[in-house]
Amino acid sequence: MLAMNFRGPYRVRIDNEKSIPAILHPNDAIVRVLRSCICGSDLHLYHGLVPDTRVGMTFGHEFVGEIVELGSLVNNLKVGDRVIVPFNVSCGKCAFCKQGLYGNCHESNPSATAVGGFLGYSHTAGGYDGGQAEYARVPYADVGPVLIPEWMDLDDAVLLTDIVPTGYQAAEMGGIQKGDTVVVFGAGPVGIMAAKCAWLFGAGRVIVIDHLHYRLDFVRQYAQCEAYDFKELGDPVVFIKKTTDSLGADVCIDAVGCEAAGNNMNTLLGRRLLLQGGSTTALHWAINSVKKGGIVSIVGVYGPIDALVPIGNVVNKGITIRANQASVKRLLPKLIEHVKSGVLNPKEVITHRIPLKEVAAAYHIFSRKLDNCIKPVLIPDNA
Amino acid sequence: MTDETSPLEFENNRGVDTSHIKGWGIDADPENDPTYPIKNRTNEEHKGYSWERPPQQPQEVEILKSVERPNITAVFGTSTPPAGLSGMIRRQAYKYSESSLGRWVPLILADRIGVVEGVIDDIGKGIFPNIFKETGWTGEWKYDRQRAMNRIAIAAAITACVVTIIVTRRGVKFNLSFLVPILRKLI
Repeated sequence: MLAMNFRGPYRVRIDNEKSIPAILHPNDAIVRVLRSCICGSDLHLYHGLVPDTRVGMTFGHEFVGEIVELGSLVNNLKVGDRVIVPFNVSCGKCAFCKQGLYGNCHESNPSATAVGGFLGYSHTAGGYDGGQAEYARVPYADVGPVLIPEWMDLDDAVLLTDIVPTGYQAAEMGGIQKGDTVVVFGAGPVGIMAAKCAWLFGAGRVIVIDHLHYRLDFVRQYAQCEAYDFKELGDPVVFIKKTTDSLGADVCIDAVGCEAAGNNMNTLLGRRLLLQGGSTTALHWAINSVKKGGIVSIVGVYGPIDALVPIGNVVNKGITIRANQASVKRLLPKLIEHVKSGVLNPKEVITHRIPLKEVAAAYHIFSRKLDNCIKPVLIPDNA
Repeated sequence: MTDETSPLEFENNRGVDTSHIKGWGIDADPENDPTYPIKNRTNEEHKGYSWERPPQQPQEVEILKSVERPNITAVFGTSTPPAGLSGMIRRQAYKYSESSLGRWVPLILADRIGVVEGVIDDIGKGIFPNIFKETGWTGEWKYDRQRAMNRIAIAAAITACVVTIIVTRRGVKFNLSFLVPILRKLI
């Protein structure tokens, strides 16, 4: 089958080296991929920032597909069903899944206890090949996948596998109360969704900070919020303090993660020398911009090693930090309803629809932010 | 120095009109604080690692397990098992806990060695890696041709310099007269 093949930092190709995956466990399913996205966090793999990302692996944790084969213990799906596949691999039985922490399953990643199992996201996240291919194996298919409603566009469905739930959960973890001022760092797809969802929780003001003007323009229109270029602000922390009666924002969301721009030292240590788990600039700004007693919600992805953050200010300001990988399975019923009612319109963030066989160009376009790229979707020929 | 600011200068008007935002406040919940991830806490983990585990996936490839776990998870990925020099380094790295640099730094080294092994493996299979295609240059060519051309020009200049230095040092003389008829045809 055609599948993306990672060859090293900044190098991927499409080839036929892999066979259609087989059922390896009675709770498995095999899906024929209909849509697959490249996620901003795939770029961390592509840029060589995530340890134990092995040459030969197929990435892709955002995909929807049609069931073509089922393991003997999967009774809630049938061949031919079209499903949304959450990026987390979750057993549904462990102490963490039972508490809704589907992103923290304890039975899906032998290689790390800190990280749950994620499809197509390095051996640090379980060693699963992903969905940037014509077919993919989906473990625990009786738990994670959700049927795509008849009325739902595949382009909307594929964004429900990660960026919409991640953005929603970013706002949810902020504990937003009516009238709160919410600052979102990062106008990538997740930041855009976090800004959009902050209103659903009753935010009184939503501010997005980034430096890519085409993304700032997009989020202003899509999420009906304020958006500012940090390069034009000077010090974004001072700007946020000034614009929030000098007290700071009620909630700050880090939707950037390990590849944040804006601080040369962080860029050097985190992105060039890999001496810390990524560039922590956005998190720095979030901690310093939030009010005393405020909440910082982190959904940006960082590497597993140490990272420099102003922890003294966390203590002195009494900040609550909430962070997690999105619990996609938990959120899907609500988010499907929001798409149905028109409150959320995910597919508007898709800027590029690219054939799977052009995956190398797609990665390059997304990585270099060419052609005002916000979200690329890969479409296999057999979709 | 006297304080010349007035409280009004710092007033934050929170009476924002959000009536134009579809769905504003529909998920607002005063009880949403504390919120996820500890919202639905049931202390399941107090029972220990005692839940009914899913059936165990048969282990048919080498899996490197965290030393912080007692066992291999019920399911796991089987992509790209450890092999070669990079595999040896990975096996050593997994002897350290997830809180140790001894775990992560060698893994990054192994990843880079894996890139070289990948090229050797490709060539062994008769595949010569198409670096231009693998780095997505068709995208660069399509959307940022000026930068692509600049990079090609720089690469060509560096290559020319290196070749010139090598040729000059070795005193090799090339007869390029065979190019003349080809160039004439092209022109």
